[in-house]
Amino acid sequence: MLSSHGRKLAALTVIGTAIVLPLMVFVLGPNMPPGKDTQVAKGQVFDNTVLLVVMTPFTVFILVYLIYALWAFRAPKGETELIDGPPIRGHGPSQIAWLATTTISVLFLAVFGSTELLANNGAGGGGGPNPVAKPSGAVLPIQVIGQQWEFTYRYPTYGGVETAQLVIPEGQEIAFHVTSLDVIHSFWAYELGVKADANPGVDNVAYVKADHPQTFQVRCAELCGLWHGYMFDTGLVVTPAAFASWIAARKSQFAPVSKYLPPYSTTYAPDPQHRG
Amino acid sequence: MSVTARKSLAVTVGVLIVGVLIGVYVAFLTNGPTPYRVPVASAATASAPGSVDLTLETVGSVGPSLSPNPTWVSYLVRENGVFHRSTVWTLPANTLVHVTLYNFDSKTGLRNPFLAQARGLVGGTFGIDGKPTTVMNPDDASHTFAIPQMGVIVPIEGVSSSAKNTCGFAPCPMSTAHTTTTFTFRTGKAGHYRWQCFVPCAAGFFYGFGGPMQTIGYMDGYINVV
Repeated sequence: MLSSHGRKLAALTVIGTAIVLPLMVFVLGPNMPPGKDTQVAKGQVFDNTVLLVVMTPFTVFILVYLIYALWAFRAPKGETELIDGPPIRGHGPSQIAWLATTTISVLFLAVFGSTELLANNGAGGGGGPNPVAKPSGAVLPIQVIGQQWEFTYRYPTYGGVETAQLVIPEGQEIAFHVTSLDVIHSFWAYELGVKADANPGVDNVAYVKADHPQTFQVRCAELCGLWHGYMFDTGLVVTPAAFASWIAARKSQFAPVSKYLPPYSTTYAPDPQHRG
Repeated sequence: MSVTARKSLAVTVGVLIVGVLIGVYVAFLTNGPTPYRVPVASAATASAPGSVDLTLETVGSVGPSLSPNPTWVSYLVRENGVFHRSTVWTLPANTLVHVTLYNFDSKTGLRNPFLAQARGLVGGTFGIDGKPTTVMNPDDASHTFAIPQMGVIVPIEGVSSSAKNTCGFAPCPMSTAHTTTTFTFRTGKAGHYRWQCFVPCAAGFFYGFGGPMQTIGYMDGYINVV
């Protein structure tokens, strides 16, 4: 049986959780990052909300215990000697409750996390060169090339033209093939819910489908050197017609340099590797 | 004053002292061993209403008179007729900037050939020794001048490997082998813009991207547009 303190702590935790949990689910949860612009992003908001729900009772218990202990176990006025309570050893119910709670929580999170990683064709994360979760329909491949300190983009479907800005058509499943020419970067299209490491010599594939025209921020999410903090640009989701017009204009604009580009490849080992 | 009050006061004073020490350290002691000069307002000289001139130089070795790292590659900027090692410049907003860049360094080549085509320039072209062009062979590049936030990038042609009279280290006489790159870009609104070289040109460093490529004052810097 729980002691008087135990019953009070349990009651306060249940009451606190009952108050805080709806706020987490209905107020904070819908506003969790990265937003609701793509199915991938919505899935991440859902995941973050579930994590909030799981952590709320534990957080409430810790805070309740802290405040309760400060109040209930404070030294009586005039008491100068520190007196500890009797040690608790071999209290079966407490041990079983602790083991059961943590085991269930960890197993739930493991199963939930593994399932969610495969949802929405990989949850917006890089799945390596051969992702386990793939979209079933046609995809538009776009290569993301990281280099110190800028991302550039190649469109193999359109002659391998390379551009300095990322533009994608709405309603089209996109396969980002993320790689690097030098150090490790991380391609993070925030509003799209896509984040994939850019490793030299590796083709890291991430999928997303944008539902409507919008702008989105692209940032490097891996500390990559002096100008890492400046390694960002703005991407665009446009209508298919606008995309067709844009890609045609880029093919024309970058025709002079296209003859110098290497044939499209999932990875590159460019020269020079060093100097001097 | 009670014991508790004295303890609280001591903790508060202690926290304040530590905070002040951290502030002093951040404000005055974190510039590193190689200070850079800020800013070079007069580096840009007015050439016509609404435009300024900016004269730059790139050298393979900056030399002992300009740097404690004499073997490092570096940009230099001309101020009052003399080339200084400074990569933090002040330029006026919404103004045409006519750049003349003398390069005394050899060819390295671009890691990403896409950067061999100039972007963000007024007129769309740049000049290599007086010849206008939009693109160059990526293998001939020695450096680039790029302001990514403004969309500006210009490849800089290197000195031929067969050139006889090359410059060992700065200051480089104009009689030594060099290329001359000219271009014009327009500054936009006031702000703080970084610029950099995209060529892995740091000799002796892993992949050519250490040392002067990772240190403001050599191949990277800021443009304060005011």
